[in-house]
Amino acid sequence: MTNALKAQWKIEKDKGIFRKLDMELNNSQLLRFTTAGSVDDGKSTLIGRLLYDSKSIFEDQLESIENTSLKKGHEGLDLALFTDGLKDEREQGITIDVAYRYFTTPKRKFIIADTPGHIQYTRNMVTGASTANAAIILIDARHGVIEQTKRHSFIASLLQIPHLVVCINKMDLVDFKEEVYNDIIKQFQDFSSKLLVKDVRFIPISALLGDNVVNRSENMPWYKGAPLLHTLETIHISSDFNSVDARFPVQTVLRPQREGFIDYRGYAGRIASGIFRPGEEVTVMPSGFTSKIKTIEGPDGQLEEAYAPMSISMTLEDDIDIGRGDMIVRSNNKPEPVQDLEVMLCWMNNDPAKPRAKYTLKHTSNEQTAMIKEVLYKIDIETLGRNLEDKEIVMNDICKVRIRSTKPLMIDSYRDNRSTGNLILIDENTNETVAAGMII
Amino acid sequence: MSKYYLNYLDELESEAIFVLREVWAQFQNPVILFSGGKDSIVVTHLAKKAFFPSKIPFSLMHVDTGHNFPETIKFRDDILKELGVNLIVGSVQESIDQGRVAEEKGKSATRNALQITTLLDAIEEHKVDCAIGGGRRDEEKARAKERFFSHRDDFGQWDPKNQRPELWNLFNGKHFEGEHFRAFPISNWTEMDVWNYIKREQIEIPSLYYAHEREVVWRSDSWIPNSEFLKLEDGEEIVTKKVRFRTLGDITITGGIESDADTLEKIAAEVSGMRKTERGNRTDDKRSESAMEDRKRQGYF
Repeated sequence: MTNALKAQWKIEKDKGIFRKLDMELNNSQLLRFTTAGSVDDGKSTLIGRLLYDSKSIFEDQLESIENTSLKKGHEGLDLALFTDGLKDEREQGITIDVAYRYFTTPKRKFIIADTPGHIQYTRNMVTGASTANAAIILIDARHGVIEQTKRHSFIASLLQIPHLVVCINKMDLVDFKEEVYNDIIKQFQDFSSKLLVKDVRFIPISALLGDNVVNRSENMPWYKGAPLLHTLETIHISSDFNSVDARFPVQTVLRPQREGFIDYRGYAGRIASGIFRPGEEVTVMPSGFTSKIKTIEGPDGQLEEAYAPMSISMTLEDDIDIGRGDMIVRSNNKPEPVQDLEVMLCWMNNDPAKPRAKYTLKHTSNEQTAMIKEVLYKIDIETLGRNLEDKEIVMNDICKVRIRSTKPLMIDSYRDNRSTGNLILIDENTNETVAAGMII
Repeated sequence: MSKYYLNYLDELESEAIFVLREVWAQFQNPVILFSGGKDSIVVTHLAKKAFFPSKIPFSLMHVDTGHNFPETIKFRDDILKELGVNLIVGSVQESIDQGRVAEEKGKSATRNALQITTLLDAIEEHKVDCAIGGGRRDEEKARAKERFFSHRDDFGQWDPKNQRPELWNLFNGKHFEGEHFRAFPISNWTEMDVWNYIKREQIEIPSLYYAHEREVVWRSDSWIPNSEFLKLEDGEEIVTKKVRFRTLGDITITGGIESDADTLEKIAAEVSGMRKTERGNRTDDKRSESAMEDRKRQGYF
């Protein structure tokens, strides 16, 4: 490589920035979406179709799928095979765990969290939903809204996925009839009025034939909306992050202690929400000390402003004792430090919850010992009703609980702030992540 | 539209930096698994950014099969000097000499699987509790199931069916003595993202990635480089071609592609038009449908 390139790569030590030449003004955004469903819904076929029609499949993958399709005696290409994963999954023909898949169009980069849809895999659905901007809910046009549809939609709303795209699939099997589509929309709206989803769209598709997936359907001229891919490419996601409440959980402290940086003390972390600017007055939680932001450094040097989800380091005007687990916030907008909290909990472990046992609670970069004080009710995942009698929490249960933490946590409600309203519980005996919680 | 959003590459960068800082905060003795390939180079570059103005707080660990491209070793040594970090080498040759593993026999013998023992031995010997790798979920179907923080039991094994759920950005690195973690900061990157990032950041990479003249032989659908380890089969012939490599593994199993791409711009353009997956030129992955999953379960990268 040339010396010129080498020189470009060097850190500009004095300025403390990296030089970035040849920077393209690429404004493509990243959209993360989740697809929940079972094999019967045509979920795998839909993902295969998206990858195939957006030309994200490589020749050697295609060959391998063609061979397997032949071996299994399928007519033509079985698009569902693109989502095959582990050996056991291939053998049993089911998805056991979340798999992540990627494709890019000229407009956006996409990450699909492909999650299994059965009741026993609620924990995987919750996992996939936790980082998603959008959820695709698949409905079989022949069956309409079923229990599984309600469960998936409920989880999407519980995890506050901002955008819901309801795909009414297998339209080819109902002769592409508009009445079927309209009827299912009505069924869906009847029950979803109880859910908290801001943005719901409906698309009639046939994943198998490709209608309205990437390309507009010729079989359904009555549908005037956009096909699925175009919808995913254009959903407005810039406002999905909370831009009002400035929250900066400190991950670690950078103290280089080398020449030029002897007194440097940078608080490193990823902005959870809101916007920070040098000169602003901030408060460090839970200590309550205040100071002013001196500098903010991003991956490429000093910034005039920084916002979620940027990884930055921040220096303050005053020397304050700050460490991992503390949260820097704007002084005029502080989260609530609490020890008692109400949480919607999804249990994710084979061992049932132990009443009054100690768990490690992880909230942003903060870790505290905590205890489940009381189970208020359980959600019946089939009827979405409340069960006030059964207090035993087992795998895949979703329930409302009271938790007490040994020290204060700086929380927002999950509804207001997905980034600072979530937590997990870790079993101190097994080190396993046993539950995910949404703070009410 | 609001101006407060990141483009996809900045978001991936920010995510990777978050993961690297989380590793540093949660573990006592993490290392970066450094192969000299582009993915581990990108991870190292990200670590540089994550901890600036501090230097990278991790050692680099290289599992040396002895079947290296000489260019890779030189590159490794240059980067160490520049970064001022320690190098830990696990030597497959030593594992063989000590009788820990036996060399594969036969026509398609490689040292690829032998690395597992050497890697796990080095992790144990140096009390490494987290090994940071450049693995990406788009590479292979078993890797699509990986967590950012991936648990390994005290035999170094991965249990893909019983992984800890990983929600939001809360990573659980808690473990018992003897167990360790693998961390994958660029899990969500694709091959194309890596190249776009290398291009954008003007990251130095080994010359092997650029098109160059080289003696090669046609085998398993790709151009295998001539080296002291190459044994010609009947009908095979050494020719000189202009090639470059999409991935770098052992010199014995890494196939090149014919290419004229001798700049990062040309490489990125070429990759975006690729018709085959990058691991399609790696004979180690062609052995069976679950070759990667089987190796990963045992403790592979």
